Amino acid sequence: MQITLTVNGVERTAEAEPRTLLVYFLREQLGLTGTNIGCDTSSCGACTVHVDGESVKSCTMLAAQADGLSVTTIEGLADGDELHPMQKSFQENHGLQCGYCTPGMVMAAVSLLDENPSPTEQEVRLGLEGNLCRCTGYHNIVKAVLAAAEAGS
Amino acid sequence: MIPAAFDYQRADSAEEAIALLTEHGDEAKLLAGGHSLLPMMKLRLAVPSVLVDVGRLDDLRYVRDAGDHIAIGALTRHRDLETDPLLAEAVPLLSHAAGEVGDPQVRHRGTLGGSLAHADPASDLPAVLLALGGSLVAKGPNGEREIAATDFFTGFLESALEPDELLTEVRVPKLDTLGWSFQKFNRRAQDWAIVGVAAVRAEGHTGVALVNMGSTPLVASGVVDAVNGGSNASEAAERATEGTEPQGDINASPEYREHLARVLVRRALEESGLS
Ligand SMILES: Cc1cc2nc3c(=O)[nH]c(=O)nc-3n(C[C@H](O)[C@H](O)[C@H](O)COP(=O)(O)OP(=O)(O)OC[C@H]3O[C@@H](n4cnc5c(N)ncnc54)[C@H](O)[C@@H]3O)c2cc1C
Ligand code: FES
Ligand code: FES
Repeated sequence: MQITLTVNGVERTAEAEPRTLLVYFLREQLGLTGTNIGCDTSSCGACTVHVDGESVKSCTMLAAQADGLSVTTIEGLADGDELHPMQKSFQENHGLQCGYCTPGMVMAAVSLLDENPSPTEQEVRLGLEGNLCRCTGYHNIVKAVLAAAEAGS
Repeated sequence: MIPAAFDYQRADSAEEAIALLTEHGDEAKLLAGGHSLLPMMKLRLAVPSVLVDVGRLDDLRYVRDAGDHIAIGALTRHRDLETDPLLAEAVPLLSHAAGEVGDPQVRHRGTLGGSLAHADPASDLPAVLLALGGSLVAKGPNGEREIAATDFFTGFLESALEPDELLTEVRVPKLDTLGWSFQKFNRRAQDWAIVGVAAVRAEGHTGVALVNMGSTPLVASGVVDAVNGGSNASEAAERATEGTEPQGDINASPEYREHLARVLVRRALEESGLS
């Protein structure tokens, strides 16, 4: 079937089987490999993107379900060479080590602040419960999100 | 992991969804948020040959005051339940429990109707609806019928829905609530409950239901009888395992689940204001 998405502001159409998961559609059909696949079982959050502005796990959504909707991936956050404030905050606060969880973590964090612009530390920890990180121990990720909230991103 | 191949049909109305179900019979499955069905299809535990996507039926996404009850559209997502001001006011137990389901990404996609139709004893919202004494509206080729929550969950992942029926609405009576509680015991934040308890005490109604204590979500009828008969929280909680048949798995033995049920029922009753 033909699937059309508005990805990072640009309309993209590609042919895919109905069973194609959104994450594979983004990575393989559209060549947007910033979104990672971690567990492939809806547990780790590495594949988090925004669909109509809200965080979703793209390994647990069909591309067909997103047909006609707008999708934002990690590639769509920066403004040219200017990183998104959340990306900058992760960089400044050492919110990453290997970086594998980072695209999903950043997308989940941006969605979290959209819904709750000034969260408490506890709300940040709970708000990121769907995203696992095997490196950082989370403290610096939480710090990065709180700093981004403080800076009003 | 990729699901087996299927035909994908998006329904633009409830009627179209029912017509597609009637046409394809047992081969077809409704797709709402996909957060129970797609993981099962990826594991090939479910292999429908036609998926009827009802995810865009926005007219089945609502929370309304319907006089003696609150009416909730079947396609209402967990996130909507969690943030709806009317629901928070009228049915705080449901609004709170919806916020405990999975994680934010899951709550952005999963729906109330999908959660109930899936009839998983480990899910949170079926037990909540049982405790509240709610009902479900199913629509099929021959019209609509209302099913009491207590008649809906018939077996492990089995419900009273016919293959050609669509859940359209969930009804929760407006209770004069004295207290409520939702106890969810799990090891990691995003996990399903190892055991969970939904409790509500209201004028003329006591509801207590259990998550993951058998092959279906269960009303803790022994506990309800004890509370109605004047028992205190500790006494009533001793009857928490009556009629249950908990399974053992990687998280807990049946005995441990029974222990948890007694402890969590006591806590739930105490938090609901029973001494
Ligand atoms: C990582 C993860 C964690 C989770 N954690 C929890 C948790 O802690 N607690 C919890 O309760 N749940 C949890 N869930 C499940 C989640 O709540 C699902 O959203 C829900 O169980 C199913 O809703 P859905 O809309 O996604 O349904 P779908 O997956 O689309 O459908 C599920 C079933 O219901 C049927 N169906 C769907 N809608 C209708 C309808 N309107 N009428 C008739 N049949 C219908 C489908 O045909 C299918 O058989 C979790 C899921 C994931 C992926
Ligand atoms: S890859 Fe999607 S949640 Fe892990
Ligand atoms: S930085 Fe390595 S998994 Fe998070």
